[in-house]
Amino acid sequence: MTSSREFRSQEIYVNMGPQHPSTHGVLRLMLRTDGEIVSDVAPMIGYLHRCAEKYGESGTYQMMIPYTDRMDYLAGMNCNWAYCLAVEKLGNVVVPERAEYIRILVGELNRIASHLIAFGTYGLDLGAFTPFFYALDEREKILDLFEMVCGARLTYSYFRIGGVAADLPEGWVKRCHEFVDFFRKRIDEFNELLTYNYIFIRRTANIGVIPANMAVDYGCTGPVLRGSGVRRDTRVDEPYGLYPRLRFHIPIGMGEKGSVGDCWDRYMVRIREMEQSCDIIKQVLKSMPEKGDVRAKVPKAFKPPKGEVYVRSESSKGELGFYIISDGTERPYRVKARSPSLSNLCVLPAISDGMMIADLVATLGSLDIVMGEIDR
Amino acid sequence: MNDSYGVRHLQKHIWENHAFSHIFNADFLGFALMVIAGVALLTFVLVYGMVAVWAERKVAGHIQDRLGPMRVGWHGWLQSLADGVKLMLKEDIIPTMADKPLFILAPPLVFLAAFTAYAVLPFSSRAQLADLDIGVLYITAVTSLGVVGIIMAGWASNSKWPLYGAMRSAALVVSYGVPLGLSMLPVLMLSGSLSLQEIVGNQGGGILHWNLFQAFPFMPLAFLVFFISSLAETNRVPFDIAEAESELVGGYHTEYSGINFSLFFIAEYSAMLLSCGVAATLFLGGYLPPAFRTLGMMGLPRLLAWLALGLFLLWRFTSFWERRQFSEALFFAVLTLAGLLLWRTFPHLFWFLTKTGVLFLVMLWLRWTLPRLRIDQMMYMCWKVLTPLAFVNLFGTSLWWMWAN
Repeated sequence: MTSSREFRSQEIYVNMGPQHPSTHGVLRLMLRTDGEIVSDVAPMIGYLHRCAEKYGESGTYQMMIPYTDRMDYLAGMNCNWAYCLAVEKLGNVVVPERAEYIRILVGELNRIASHLIAFGTYGLDLGAFTPFFYALDEREKILDLFEMVCGARLTYSYFRIGGVAADLPEGWVKRCHEFVDFFRKRIDEFNELLTYNYIFIRRTANIGVIPANMAVDYGCTGPVLRGSGVRRDTRVDEPYGLYPRLRFHIPIGMGEKGSVGDCWDRYMVRIREMEQSCDIIKQVLKSMPEKGDVRAKVPKAFKPPKGEVYVRSESSKGELGFYIISDGTERPYRVKARSPSLSNLCVLPAISDGMMIADLVATLGSLDIVMGEIDR
Repeated sequence: MNDSYGVRHLQKHIWENHAFSHIFNADFLGFALMVIAGVALLTFVLVYGMVAVWAERKVAGHIQDRLGPMRVGWHGWLQSLADGVKLMLKEDIIPTMADKPLFILAPPLVFLAAFTAYAVLPFSSRAQLADLDIGVLYITAVTSLGVVGIIMAGWASNSKWPLYGAMRSAALVVSYGVPLGLSMLPVLMLSGSLSLQEIVGNQGGGILHWNLFQAFPFMPLAFLVFFISSLAETNRVPFDIAEAESELVGGYHTEYSGINFSLFFIAEYSAMLLSCGVAATLFLGGYLPPAFRTLGMMGLPRLLAWLALGLFLLWRFTSFWERRQFSEALFFAVLTLAGLLLWRTFPHLFWFLTKTGVLFLVMLWLRWTLPRLRIDQMMYMCWKVLTPLAFVNLFGTSLWWMWAN
């Protein structure tokens, strides 16, 4: 009986992260692996927890804005926006038209900047270094525009309750125009370099497929949900700001290279969203009023009436919502953020069974998570 | 007394009978010469590797719209030296749970595998440490030793990511050895010899006599298979899964630091340059010039006249001299002089290095353009694409050879 020795392999546990080049921050994945095959993935979060929501309760309504910058630090403008939307709805503040247009401008620019990081780091995850540098080069131009507007390049705090902090400086509109015109052509180059590369397609098509019903079940939003073929976008379904005045498409995954909902689809949705954002910015630049208030008159001691509100907005990662309870004082009773990255990450264990380690990295990259937003 | 006399007597005996007559004989001189040549080659390979590292960083920089190293020397040409010094001064950390002897032994072994193969690489018709008549086999055998060192490094680190890197590397090197060997066979068939000197000698007479352009569809195909396989053998993109930093942190050398890490680094670049050199030798005529006869026969006066014209243009149309940067001037002077000297005095070496350099640049170009393949895709490519292709190619070449003779 003992003479026949079975060839046995042993499963080992591997810690991927919290300090790992492709976990996009301080995410820790506990992997159970059999050689190259991953049989179980357990994401561990909380390494970047900074009590942002608790801070929100201890400060006034205005004081929360800088903390929202640090949630999704790649799309600070969108986080500002989501929070301000919620507070404005709570206090019935009407935002001036020009401020609304400026908000759309910086919001869409920041969406492009965030998707550029997603594009660049996805290349890094798959071993292509050069796209990252090209992407960052373009992102720098967007950050230059932001610096002109608010003086900061990462944590903007540009939004105010009832508007934005300052009007656009002189020459900004022209530079924005130049950037958008240049960037539209640049996207084609990105596609040539990475998107339609044979190896890239082989590495992403049919990998990490999230079926539409699974994406909905797990509460995925943003490019992850749209990559699975669900045409859902808060900017259209539950419009806020002046989005109803603008015409744009919602790109969805169509399974061009593999099946619907694979990594390539999610990646491609982001690339196409960048194009759509360029179109939105062009429309806004055309129809924006030349002059006007950029900030509604809101008292310094801002006291919204008692009540609670949940407002959702479309951040670059998906549906970013803020739930705020007011007890009628200067400070919110409770601030809760619904971060898209967290729901998007939750789907990872469900789809990564039996994957190879390299595919796991590709899938994680295609979810485009930001730890600052997950842990808050 | 007796004792002391005995010792002195013994000394005298040895001095007279052994030291000169037995040890310092022709064999010893030959051995000493060999050692000196070996040390010279080692120095050359180290410098070669350092230049390659600098070149890679500059090329990567310019591909990526940036400048690359710029601080140490003119355009950072001494950057590798500075990095080397830094790495040597760093603490050499050995993890507590590591298998110490294996851990220490692995980097030298990897380096040795890359370095030893240089012994038979013909830099010119004379500059070759040993013209073995089994040169090709020797290179194949010695370079595959490197994978042992890599597995040792991965295993001895007692860490999971290095182990993954080592296993991947082993799978890769062992598999791609097959198409690599098969793609060399057509060359051997044409030359009828395993000696690298003879293989080069067979390609004399200009660019059209290079092995690459023989037996039309077959030899270019062999070159392609050889080049792709050597990319895999040296763990380069798109086959760099062994040290895929986005998956395996640092691959098999994650736990290494200081001089041991730099040994891996130098070994990798030496191996790259070696495989470029072998490709140049086997397919691109080695050290033989591509028959630009007029250029080679140009007299010294005319050469100096061209040089003067070049310097005049440089002075007239750049701010080169105004900036008076010593290191910049030095770099240009050294590069120009070295190139000229090399070309005039050792044309063979010049052409060999040029061909190797071009192939090396192609490797860098690929590295900074392509994403990485997955391990199963790599195995698919090796066993289901390259190996059958190499077999068919071998068959085709033999048919061609039969028909040609």
